[in-house]
Amino acid sequence: MRLRDFRIWGLAPAWGIMALTLILPIGIVVLVSLATRGAYGGFDWGLSFDSYAKILFEEDWDGNLAFTPQYLAIIGRTLWLASLTTLICAALALPAAYTIAQAPGRWKPVLIYLVTLPFWVSMIVRVYAWIIILGNDGVIEKTLRGLGLVTDIDSLLFTDGAMLAGLVYSYIPLMILPVFASIEKLDGSLIEASHDLYGSRWVTARRVILPLTLPGVMAGAVLVFVPCLGAVLEPILLGGGKTMLMGNLIQTQFGGGRNWPFGAAIAVTLMVLVMIFLMLNALRARKGGADV
Amino acid sequence: MRNKAIEVQNVAKSFGSFQALKGVSFDIYDNEFFTMLGPSGCGKTTLLRMIAGFEAPTSGSIRLHGRDIGAEPPHKRRVNTVFQSYALFPHMTLEGNIAFALENLGWKKDRIRARVAQMLELVHMSQFANRRPAQLSGGQRQRIALARALASEPEVLLLDEPLSALDLKLRQAMRDELRALQRATGITFIFVTHDQEEALDMSDRICVLGAGEVQQIGAPNEVYEDPANRFVADFIGETNFLPAEVIAVEEGHATVRTPLGQVKTYHKGARVGAAATLSLRPEKIGLDEQVPQDAPRLQGVVTSRNYMGGYTHYTIAVNGVELRVSKRNAVSHSASLEPGRQVQLGFRPDSARVLGQ
Repeated sequence: MRLRDFRIWGLAPAWGIMALTLILPIGIVVLVSLATRGAYGGFDWGLSFDSYAKILFEEDWDGNLAFTPQYLAIIGRTLWLASLTTLICAALALPAAYTIAQAPGRWKPVLIYLVTLPFWVSMIVRVYAWIIILGNDGVIEKTLRGLGLVTDIDSLLFTDGAMLAGLVYSYIPLMILPVFASIEKLDGSLIEASHDLYGSRWVTARRVILPLTLPGVMAGAVLVFVPCLGAVLEPILLGGGKTMLMGNLIQTQFGGGRNWPFGAAIAVTLMVLVMIFLMLNALRARKGGADV
Repeated sequence: MRNKAIEVQNVAKSFGSFQALKGVSFDIYDNEFFTMLGPSGCGKTTLLRMIAGFEAPTSGSIRLHGRDIGAEPPHKRRVNTVFQSYALFPHMTLEGNIAFALENLGWKKDRIRARVAQMLELVHMSQFANRRPAQLSGGQRQRIALARALASEPEVLLLDEPLSALDLKLRQAMRDELRALQRATGITFIFVTHDQEEALDMSDRICVLGAGEVQQIGAPNEVYEDPANRFVADFIGETNFLPAEVIAVEEGHATVRTPLGQVKTYHKGARVGAAATLSLRPEKIGLDEQVPQDAPRLQGVVTSRNYMGGYTHYTIAVNGVELRVSKRNAVSHSASLEPGRQVQLGFRPDSARVLGQ
């Protein structure tokens, strides 16, 4: 067999798996999003963009389409919460990763192991743990009350803040690890050079460490931002289902809402958003590649 | 009296149970090219890092123009370093690299721009202002590292083996440039190296460090011609060590009995009856027509030779000892001495040194 043939046929199993597990399901979701809702649940195959229109427009009683911001608000809120989570993760991960990188050699693997430790426990269990921490008579409330700082506080649980805390908690290891990797790669003498040239700790962090670890932060940002867009668990368990995010919206349409085409349309929209974000990031990385 | 730029007073440094420095003291003067020379592990880099502020002495103090800087963090000291790896910021242009220190000092924009341009000109790199370090050759990076460290006119410039990453030809050229730069700026240079040739070439004074202690401080010709002890004689340049028995010591001269006969010359630490060593540099020994006048002549046999171009290094067996001798190839086609040949050799006694144990 010639090499060229091998290149084509040798990759066939990989292409086969890709087609079966990635392209086929996405194709089905796209097709469903173009279908119409069946009269008794389910859907009828077709080629209609009604489901996409439904994201922006609402049909009133007279059959006229009127602009509605309600789904747009959910998309906006999702983007905002995912961005906020990513930012907080980055802000917390940088000093954490730096501290790990500075730790004595034999401690590093232990600390990295501790960072990954939560992954060994089911996500649902971990999010439930936050209910115990934040809930009525939870750890935080009891502590505050015990210290006499508060007598009665509104529940911490089932708020946007609780949801945010849960998201940050869930995804921060995915930020710490790439940031740690890029800090480890950082030449220690650059930090010394910065101090030597009258750079305070703050100046060194801002002008030397941060720009040189940015590739790691960007990699972490992708790993945190993308799953945040599709988060389902935290809004339900910690947000109390009061705040709808895209993930919940999709879930509702496929579940209780029984509008599969609409759910699929939102899923496709989410996918496109993620792809736009990833492409922007890739472009940025390619442009910045020469610098770092 | 010259001003003291740096006073190192009884500085000791331990890393765990390892004593890197065992209480060293010396002064470095303003406008001096001062070299700390020694084998790896002698404590020279540790000393440099303590002056920079990256390490703290375990005991003792370091003064910068009279002020104790022991507790000052590196970014508060008017001392800059040229790092062995240059440590240029890869994400900044050359201009950005040089401006970094000045921005941290809070200089005005115009003044920074003028100073950066001046520094780039000083190191002949003006046309590269907007390049990044990755686009430079080793020698160019070296120049930018120098410009960056000198831009704020530090009280002292520290250089940590800055030439070790360059190839031979470039290293030679950079030595001259470094020396010229030091003269032009008038800034005190403290240079760390393990390369004795570099040290001899550039320094006003050399501090030879060994085993965490100062072995000798002196001008290049002093440490080469009048080594304080066996360590210095061995580390700087090449030499023959011959066992010597001290017969008499008087006014700086010692008379010793050696395999090459009785020799009377200058000494360091010789005592009558105690064992000593005679240090005799290979280039001080003449062969055949190059034997110095009024030097006693000895007979020897060539056992091996290494042709080096300008010189040929011979090993010659004399009176049961092997002597390294280097013979200048004064004329082309100069007769090369075949191994096995009989030769006459001789040296002036006052060019040898007696070193006590």
